[in-house]
Amino acid sequence: MSDLDFSVVLRSLPYLLKGLGYTAQLTAAAAVGGTVFGTLLALARLSSLQPLRLAASGYVNLMRSIPLLLVIFWFYFLVPVVIQSITGAERPPQIGAERSAYITFVMFEAAYFCEIMRAGIQSVARGQQGAAFALGLTYRQAMAYVILPQAFRNMLPVLLTQTIILFQDVSLVSLLNVTDFVGAAVKIAQRDSRIVEMYSVVAVVYFGLCFALSQMVKGLQRRIAVVR
Amino acid sequence: MHWGIFLEQVPDGDAAWWQMLGGGLLWTLATAACAWVVAFVIGSAVGVARTTRSGWLVACGNAYVEVFRNVPLIVQFFLWYFVVPGLVPALQRAVSDMDPTLFQFETSVVCLGLFTAARIAEQVRAGILALAGGQRYAAYAMGLSEFQTYRYVLLPNAYRIIIPPLTSELMNLVKNTAVAYSIGLTELFFRTREMGEITFRYFEAFGAATVVYGVVAMSANRLMALIERRTAVPGYLGGRR
Repeated sequence: MSDLDFSVVLRSLPYLLKGLGYTAQLTAAAAVGGTVFGTLLALARLSSLQPLRLAASGYVNLMRSIPLLLVIFWFYFLVPVVIQSITGAERPPQIGAERSAYITFVMFEAAYFCEIMRAGIQSVARGQQGAAFALGLTYRQAMAYVILPQAFRNMLPVLLTQTIILFQDVSLVSLLNVTDFVGAAVKIAQRDSRIVEMYSVVAVVYFGLCFALSQMVKGLQRRIAVVR
Repeated sequence: MHWGIFLEQVPDGDAAWWQMLGGGLLWTLATAACAWVVAFVIGSAVGVARTTRSGWLVACGNAYVEVFRNVPLIVQFFLWYFVVPGLVPALQRAVSDMDPTLFQFETSVVCLGLFTAARIAEQVRAGILALAGGQRYAAYAMGLSEFQTYRYVLLPNAYRIIIPPLTSELMNLVKNTAVAYSIGLTELFFRTREMGEITFRYFEAFGAATVVYGVVAMSANRLMALIERRTAVPGYLGGRR
């Protein structure tokens, strides 16, 4: 108890910050990619074509019913094999967990962002779509200029809250030996036998960041609520 | 694909692979069930505290929810498994005498229970706030104490309202047990990974785990739907007429 030494945190600061940088990059990429694919999935789930609807809902339900950790490991093994079958290479390419995590999180978060965007699209008044079609807009134009902007705006606080959850979920890649923020802390903690110090600092940093971000989302929610 | 692998024996073990995975599933279910009890009790208490008129209780309840929602689950596992025993010497001594498997199990139950409790607290609070304000005052007017008001009037109605979100929390809890792999609990994901590493049959192992997790999630969903039907209040939109 008395021999806690937090100077290890200062000494390893550059390494930790590099890990935090990777975590932030992965979060941002997954949030943007997940929103794009999630919106496409949501449109597919609301489509009038039954096969499209079934495929999209099957994908979303599958992703949402298995643990993220299992998804991370699935993609870690599947991505090289899939790339191999596309390119016809002789052996599966060496992707590495750092890069396969980008694909994993975009594909995984797409399922969650899909459900948010679906709720957002369904929250737009029916008359809006009718009005858009009456003005002669095509399906694509009606979605792009009328429905989706409103859906996106209504759901922005929920999308951001999901992104904060995503920011925390990224920490699971440390179990594939990836040097994200947690992964960096684990490695330093084991090298210097400073487990208590490193893990407490990681917890405090996550709490500070996520708490501040969630307060900002709450503020945004209040502002949007006033405008509407 | 070689699905017969599940019938083959585990090297230096007297069980087949399907029995290994089955044993893992039992740990997963036991952890989820015990953690759910912890989460339900503590989550209800914290949720109720946040709806009382005592500013102090509300602040404590809010703080609890913020702390447990803003730290990643895997970091919480590390805190309970490494940091807490490291900071409390008495606990450290108790842990070193303990069966390691039991310690991993108890840590997982505590960690997942307290983590899920924060989410349940949010739902319980939302459920109580969704009730018509008149219910509370009617209870007070009938001479019920604050405890009785919650026990006999507010909570029975609030729980019924929040069954759908509680269902998703239960399903999340089952999925989150996989993170206990990080502290070495031999639950389903641990065994799946082990089977992949030893036999190199990753696709079969992960495929089986995917199906099993899917079935468990679906069963949890059906169980909650049954409870929802059984407890529906007649006269409400969801209830029998």
